[in-house]
Amino acid sequence: MDSQKSISRVWSSLSSGLLCSAPLFVLLGLGFFGPLALVMLYSVQPRGSFSPFGTPTLENYIDIIEQAFYLSFGWSLLLAIISTALLLIICYPLALALKRYSGGMADTLTLLVVAPLFVAENIRLQGWVLFFDKAGFLDGSLNYLFGFGPGSLVNNVPSIVFGMVYIYLPFMLFPVLLGLSNVPTDVREAALDLGASKWRIFRDIEIPLAMPGILIGSLLCFVISLGAFSEAKFLGKGVIVTIAQDIESAFSYGQNWPRGSALAVLLIILAGTAVFFAMRKIDLNKVLGTR
Amino acid sequence: MFDSVLYRRLAKSYLALILSLMYVPMLIVALASISKSRFFVFPVRRYDMKWYENTFSSLQIHDGFLTSLTVAFCVALISVTLAVFGALAYARHDWRGKSLFQQILLVPVFFPQSVLGLALQLWFNSFGVVMSWEATVFAQLVWIAPIVTLIISIQAFGYDASVEEAATDLGASRWQVFRDITIPLLGPGIVSGFMFAVLLSWGNFPLAYFTSGADVTIPEWLYGKMIGGYTPMVPAVGFLSVLVGALALAIGFSLKAFSGQKDNK
Repeated sequence: MDSQKSISRVWSSLSSGLLCSAPLFVLLGLGFFGPLALVMLYSVQPRGSFSPFGTPTLENYIDIIEQAFYLSFGWSLLLAIISTALLLIICYPLALALKRYSGGMADTLTLLVVAPLFVAENIRLQGWVLFFDKAGFLDGSLNYLFGFGPGSLVNNVPSIVFGMVYIYLPFMLFPVLLGLSNVPTDVREAALDLGASKWRIFRDIEIPLAMPGILIGSLLCFVISLGAFSEAKFLGKGVIVTIAQDIESAFSYGQNWPRGSALAVLLIILAGTAVFFAMRKIDLNKVLGTR
Repeated sequence: MFDSVLYRRLAKSYLALILSLMYVPMLIVALASISKSRFFVFPVRRYDMKWYENTFSSLQIHDGFLTSLTVAFCVALISVTLAVFGALAYARHDWRGKSLFQQILLVPVFFPQSVLGLALQLWFNSFGVVMSWEATVFAQLVWIAPIVTLIISIQAFGYDASVEEAATDLGASRWQVFRDITIPLLGPGIVSGFMFAVLLSWGNFPLAYFTSGADVTIPEWLYGKMIGGYTPMVPAVGFLSVLVGALALAIGFSLKAFSGQKDNK
């Protein structure tokens, strides 16, 4: 009895929040920050080294600049920007339609849009390849109906963008939906009654109130599409090389861990900068709490 | 003005268009899996179930399904356990490190998975950890446990904390409050979190690819075949994997509806 009391005293003297979060802190320390620190350590090792404790050098970074790796960085950045912008344009009206015009079906329909997320990327991309390829679904049916078809529509950059937009759509839709729930209907109606135009309501009320969701969605899509490689591999079939592919081949075929690490560090810095600047504008308690 | 019939119809057709586009690849995959020819040609001339027969008799695929299922359930069990406590720290308690915790938790979610997979591979290598499905469980936890924490946090933000205080005032111990009040109130969030974890793990490729060593999950098997030589077993396995995911989703939702009903009583 006595020991139980003293245990409970110790228990309550510790901050409950710290206690509850400790397991996750440990997991992320061992499974995320530790590995990243190791990658940073490897990135300053001599070429082809298999130990993280050699004399630090910047030769990998110099190699990267000299060997035109900026091309794949450029492609990844461009693809990420284009697909994030397209996703915003597609998902904002989609979220509006779900919120306002689907009656009681909103939750079910949202689930139906998001559910493909749970099917492995490979399978869905394979489906699109069979759809767009020569003699595939599109080409085949047009040939059958009209006697001519577009031939193969894969192996090019637009097909990669299409694949990325398709794969990452749920990641944009969900945050934008959350953001739109921060726009109360009566505020819109009040503005309408006071004579505001539809455009002004959109610009001065909807967008600012939905901003946290829009920002989170854009950030999420931007960062994960920076690391994309399946789309370029399957739909692009090597027409361009993304940075994630470079990193992978440096590790696997190249057996050059320091170079792969240095490329990864550069990618992380790129993504980290975006996250850092966007995160300063977002209050997480608000986004998740007001649903 | 903008609530006109035309506007409503436009919105509805847009919704229908996107919704059907989301499922086009699954339909094509289903179609390809039952066409007889070795390479997919549309319109399909002859249908055949032989690719499914080959799939069901393949020991390799059998193992793959088993590995994927085991990984998914381990990941879901562990991440829900971590996330229940994490969500309390995230949404309920006020403490000094809270905002740091909230931000740090998001970092792995907002991180390119292929890079995380490679970093973990390097990490495991340095400590001499053998790559296996257990390593994959750990790798996926790093990404999935934070997501599950966010999902359960939404539930934790929503419930009335005064119930817990009332129970404490009436003499309930900390453990009793946790077991009899906190857990049931978090119930729907826990069910959603578990379902999300199973499904995200089931469909995950990059983290498994870099950490599973000789063990092969279904997405990895598909990747290998897509790179090394297409056979209609690829769409067959793909479609079966879609069915398993849909089944998990259906079970999750009936569980959720059931727990919601109990709440309303």
